[in-house]
Amino acid sequence: MEPVTKLVEGFMYPNEVELQWSILIVLYPYITGLVAGAFILASLERVFRVEAVKPTYRLALLTALAFLLVAPLPLQLHLGHPERSFEMFLTPHRSSAMAMFGFVYLWYLAAVLVMEIWLDFRKDIVLLSRTAPSAMRWIYKLLTLGSQNISERSLQIDDRVGYIVTVVGIPSAFLLHGYVGFIFGSVKANPWWSTPLMPIVFLFSAISSGISVVLLIYMAATRLRRQALDMRCLDTMGSYLFYLFVIDFTLEMVDLTHRIYEAGESFQSLDFMVHSRLYFSHIVVQIVLGTLVPLALLGSAQLWRMSEARRKSVYALSGLLIMTGIFAMRWNVVIGGQLFSKSFLGYTTYKLEFATREGLLAAILLMILPFIILWALVKLLPPWTTLAHEAAGGRDGGNT
Amino acid sequence: MTTRREAIKTAARLLVLTPAAVAYFERPTSADAPAESKYDMAKHWWAMSIDIEKCIGCGNCVRGCANENAVPRGYFRTWVERYQAPAYPDEDHPEVDSPDGAFNGFPEKKKDNAKSFFVPKLCNQCAHSPCVQVCPVGATFETPDGLVLVDQTYCLGCRYCVQACPYGCRYIHPEKQTVDKCTFCYHRISKGLVTACVEVCPTGARTLADLKDPKDPIHAFLRDNPVQVLKPHMATGAKVYYKSLDESVR
Amino acid sequence: MKEAVHLVRLAALFAAGFVAFLVIRQMVVPAGFGKYGHFRAGALDDIRARPISYAGHGTCEACHDDQHNVLAKGKHAQVSCEACHGPQNRHAEEPDKVKPVLPDTRVLCASCHESNSAKPKKFPQVVASDHSGGEPCKSCHVPHNPKLSTEKGQ
Repeated sequence: MEPVTKLVEGFMYPNEVELQWSILIVLYPYITGLVAGAFILASLERVFRVEAVKPTYRLALLTALAFLLVAPLPLQLHLGHPERSFEMFLTPHRSSAMAMFGFVYLWYLAAVLVMEIWLDFRKDIVLLSRTAPSAMRWIYKLLTLGSQNISERSLQIDDRVGYIVTVVGIPSAFLLHGYVGFIFGSVKANPWWSTPLMPIVFLFSAISSGISVVLLIYMAATRLRRQALDMRCLDTMGSYLFYLFVIDFTLEMVDLTHRIYEAGESFQSLDFMVHSRLYFSHIVVQIVLGTLVPLALLGSAQLWRMSEARRKSVYALSGLLIMTGIFAMRWNVVIGGQLFSKSFLGYTTYKLEFATREGLLAAILLMILPFIILWALVKLLPPWTTLAHEAAGGRDGGNT
Repeated sequence: MTTRREAIKTAARLLVLTPAAVAYFERPTSADAPAESKYDMAKHWWAMSIDIEKCIGCGNCVRGCANENAVPRGYFRTWVERYQAPAYPDEDHPEVDSPDGAFNGFPEKKKDNAKSFFVPKLCNQCAHSPCVQVCPVGATFETPDGLVLVDQTYCLGCRYCVQACPYGCRYIHPEKQTVDKCTFCYHRISKGLVTACVEVCPTGARTLADLKDPKDPIHAFLRDNPVQVLKPHMATGAKVYYKSLDESVR
Repeated sequence: MKEAVHLVRLAALFAAGFVAFLVIRQMVVPAGFGKYGHFRAGALDDIRARPISYAGHGTCEACHDDQHNVLAKGKHAQVSCEACHGPQNRHAEEPDKVKPVLPDTRVLCASCHESNSAKPKKFPQVVASDHSGGEPCKSCHVPHNPKLSTEKGQ
């Protein structure tokens, strides 16, 4: 008992001393956010016809898929009984945000992301099923679903259906991450979480982090492939990132101002927490380093002329800072929401362990895993404009 | 015994996914309830009354609960808090403690001019329970007789309900890795006994009540006393009614 | 729709997955789920079937009515047997085999009557070390009727 009580300052209900949701639950909204953000970026090109970001379209889709496949893993790892998780699909409780999330996830995975990727890559898959080395050929053959039809007409149909899927996909992506926000925002017992703004704040931070991750992956991949960066694409991403991040920041400030002005029952407790236990992760990392600095950087790239090299480093640095800041934001929501007592009379401490099931090591591995999956996906379905692609004219290359 | 049966059941389900097999293995569970079949859920609506002025902070309820329900040490289905609310100008900053949940009572801690009292806590068996609302699978539920219970064989251990409870009444059982909480000693009250905490409370500070019983003293208690539930603004439909609850209690 | 054959196949794949899900779900959902609400009805029986530790004062009084009569006349009339004697259901089931141990009154009595400023003022409390100097309480008090006979005269 002795070491446990030392973690507590003031009074906590005795069962509250132990934190329930660990760093893995921080990863969960972070990863789903990256998925939603990457998909929104892809839909910019597809639906909103932002042609400039086209070089990242397919890469963004594959990134979204890679992260989406990893998204449920931190949850599984965290459950007391992972073997029972299928119950969520057997007897979903309709009033539970978490139960409904399972269906939203499946819908998004199967009906939106896999479908859109399949439609978009189908021509490549068919061509590869003819040319790939024998072992791989079988995988591609399986992926063609036994149809070698890549006639002009069939690809046109694919394009139309793909467009519809993307249109459906945008609200689905909003739903996917809005729902994650709702899981926290609807807990009325917890004043740090309980705000109707939570889903919206989560959504815009998700989009910002998703664009950042694709931007960074695009820059890294281009460098690895020894190709030239498409600066028009990068500039467009940079400006969208700036505008969306401004909205995200505004929403967060609205939330903060509202809390400070209302100064409700829980305010003293939360205020103290932000100025003590959460000072570093909230004020320093999330607000200053993760928000104000990248906003200033991206803003200056909008306002002043900069050399290409400088713009590249501005975007890369801003992307990194935004991703760090949004991770800190998830941390502050999930962990911060458990550091104070629901009696508002005391605080506990989160002790991050290292090599345990819910420790730092598991979290790091889970963050590396999507990149490994992405690497495999890129090997399987090269998102770059390939030779085969050029020879056959690309998706809408027939018109150019 | 139960765990082995569960294991066999699960294995059987995985091996032969036939409704007949499932029905066969489900049978013992319902046949297991012998004498209790007399108990009619429709005739009860359980609640509890607590008289703060009678609580002496002895911790007998905490120990009694742990004995009756094999509550792991360091976790609490019921506990007692000590409030010491100072006089003006510090009246907004009560000093609260609950050493080891009051398992061994309270050591004397003098505070001059403070309003001091004990507050026993346990699950409020909410009628609009926020913990039940968030359970993704139906592992925690409201019963027809007004209790909030946990199905230990069905709980995922996702801990969402722990987050949703405004009163801190839930914990994760360190061995079972499922959520656990006060059951109002359902295994006792369905046999006509009172809860363990009520049984062992030496001063009668706690009283089990059945709101559907017209003769239950709870009706007089609620009528004749100023009564409050914890955190009424949470609108949880809490059914543990406190007499003489101070404004400072959270 | 010769040109959309691959889409039909994909739709069929989704449909097959959905049907498989429904079939498996039908098989694996526990029996009795949903009978009284969104939960497994058998859970109620499982919880009700847990063993008890405290027999309840009614059970004690069935055999120990002599002790109960003493208790009922005194200040401790409201205190149930197991509040002091601990859980005795095993004793109630096998009275000859399982014998309760008498509690040490120095510890037992203090757990309620040791003075504490947060206790209700009317509740009788002493600082045990001053009051008895380590002497067992039962040297002077009868726990079942603790008021000293001499007190009546005082």
